[in-house]
Amino acid sequence: MSTTPFPSGPILGCRGRGVSVPGDDIDTDRIIPARFLKCVSFEGLAEGAFADDRAERADHPDGPHPFDRPEHRNAAILVVNRNFGCGSSREHAPQALMRWGIRAVIGESFAEIFFGNCLALGIPCLTADHESVLALQGAIAADPAAVLQLDLQPPAVTLLTGGEPRVWELQVADGPRRMLLSGEWNGTAQLVAHDAELRATAARLPYLSGFALG
Amino acid sequence: MSAGTLYDKVWDLHRVADLPGGGSQLFIGLHLIHEVTSPQAFAALRDLGLSVRHPERTVATVDHIVPTTSQARPFADPLAEEMLATLERNCAEHGIALHGLGSGRQGIVHVIAPELGLTQPGMTVACGDSHTSTHGAFGAIAFGIGTSQVRDVLASQSLAMAKLKVRRIRVEGALQSGVYAKDLVLHIIRRLGVKGGVGYAYEFAGPAIAALSMEERMTLCNMAIEGGARCGYVNPDAVTFAYLKGRPHAPAGEAWDRAVAWWSSLASGPEAVFDDEVVFDAATIAPTVTWGITPGQGIGIDESIPTLEQTEPDERPIAEEAYRYMDLRPGTPIEGVPVDVCFIGSCTNGRLSDLRAAAAIARGRHVAPGIKAFVVPGSEQVAAAAEAEGLDAVFRDAGFEWREPGCSMCLAMNPDRLEGRQISASSSNRNFKGRQGSASGRTLLMSPAMVAAAAVSGHVADVRRFLGPPTDGAPSPTAPAALETAAIRA
Ligand code: SF4
Repeated sequence: MSTTPFPSGPILGCRGRGVSVPGDDIDTDRIIPARFLKCVSFEGLAEGAFADDRAERADHPDGPHPFDRPEHRNAAILVVNRNFGCGSSREHAPQALMRWGIRAVIGESFAEIFFGNCLALGIPCLTADHESVLALQGAIAADPAAVLQLDLQPPAVTLLTGGEPRVWELQVADGPRRMLLSGEWNGTAQLVAHDAELRATAARLPYLSGFALG
Repeated sequence: MSAGTLYDKVWDLHRVADLPGGGSQLFIGLHLIHEVTSPQAFAALRDLGLSVRHPERTVATVDHIVPTTSQARPFADPLAEEMLATLERNCAEHGIALHGLGSGRQGIVHVIAPELGLTQPGMTVACGDSHTSTHGAFGAIAFGIGTSQVRDVLASQSLAMAKLKVRRIRVEGALQSGVYAKDLVLHIIRRLGVKGGVGYAYEFAGPAIAALSMEERMTLCNMAIEGGARCGYVNPDAVTFAYLKGRPHAPAGEAWDRAVAWWSSLASGPEAVFDDEVVFDAATIAPTVTWGITPGQGIGIDESIPTLEQTEPDERPIAEEAYRYMDLRPGTPIEGVPVDVCFIGSCTNGRLSDLRAAAAIARGRHVAPGIKAFVVPGSEQVAAAAEAEGLDAVFRDAGFEWREPGCSMCLAMNPDRLEGRQISASSSNRNFKGRQGSASGRTLLMSPAMVAAAAVSGHVADVRRFLGPPTDGAPSPTAPAALETAAIRA
């Protein structure tokens, strides 16, 4: 599990090993099973990431779940396929991934709420076409130790190996991209920053002073 | 676009700034928190190194996970105990008032805020619970929010929100005897659909609404969310002011007069413009019961479960799913459907007037054999008031269990739950699959009086048969003899 700090400030990209979790329609129940929701903090959620899928794969002839393979420990970039993060809107799903160490997700497509929940945590979700995703997943399988460099401007991912780097173009909508680049992805920070406006609003609401004479 | 409505006025007063994403930043006047959706928000606040901006505008209670049999600490369920202990710690650390167990003020968050006078007209209210729409009964604009938004409100006392459209729902005429606010709202959702309110705030208006008590208005607004509307409200009037006067957090003395003047100025005026308007006639509404797996699948007590042919084409897949899950045959009359468990309580119908209406049916009768029936007051204050007038004894004598306050079997996060395929008559608000604690459990939503009628009958029954002859001259409903199975005590 990762010890890298959580995202903060402007996010221009990230760098780290990749991990593929292949398959379409991986829903948030699989990303974090419901029983992990009866909790008082998101802190312990890393253990719950893909918990049931991991248990199922523990003794699988093809080997354990990618999140349990030593070569993917400390991976920062998750590569997935179609409609990743569908189902329940639980914020616990991106929280679990983030706490496991994921800092960006590349996939063929994402469920809308999952995308928004990731954005609010400063985790970019970028898309690429089917062939590019398969090629990227193949490259990670061939050399799990290789480092990936993900950039938002322009959106692309580069595989840094001993030889010639390989580059894949990525897509992300302009609004979210700008929010990440400017550091305004953190909704809370934006709201807190309007201190003077918050004071001015409070001042014109008579109930905040118990309807005292102004 | 709406203009001059209470929603528009409250929105403008509370708008802090416009946000780059297109929405607005809205100041929240009252933030209500509880043990389930707040712990991660406090943790996130800690991660961000932020504090609570307006602890004095934040109020906490514990409701979802509390047991209703013994509330002695520590709770038998260690996870429930940890959730409450965490809330207590967070409130202490941030200087937030917590109305805990035994304080005399604990209860379901949407029951206690109004009874303490915390909820007032013209306020914006937020709570990490979708039924926050309840507070709209006072002419407040009240939103249910998610955990990350709870964090936002803790940190900034504001929310990023997009402005809603406003639909006025005018209800003409008067509700018949035996027909309650619950029936009215189930009827509205039946007609407009569970997604009909998406993108709208609902303004409830007209003579039938003006005639409702505050508690009935709360029942109505509570379920606006089940019709898809993010919030619902009633314009403040003399009924609102009479309810608020003298409550612990209501203004007093000269401040009271200034408050009433301000509150009155916020009501939608005759010149108000709405995005949409729908009209209902209260007199045509019968006691309403849901037969399916969404609150929109409701029918009058004198109707039969609709067949596929009677169902709109786009509603047919969910109807078929409901037939399968509920194991009820299309074309069967809803009256007479046997029930196993009867639950009176929740933020929809756990207030004193609800318990009175149910007690009026239970009085002198007895729960039918084999039926488990229990009453969970919405708050410690409701429990005390009910006990003071002897309602607990009425229920106990009739074979109901009388419990401690909490959410209970509304969502079954505590030990109160359905087992296996049990079917419940429930005064709560959601009949979703598995909602009441069993993955195959079934729920029929209805008014508390109807739940009491079902309890003493052993099956879904028309509460109007249990009431005295109507006083408005309408013909008294005649009961088929076969359905008169209520055990009347000598
Ligand atoms: S009573 Fe039910 S709907 Fe109301 S707050 Fe509790 S769980 Fe939610």
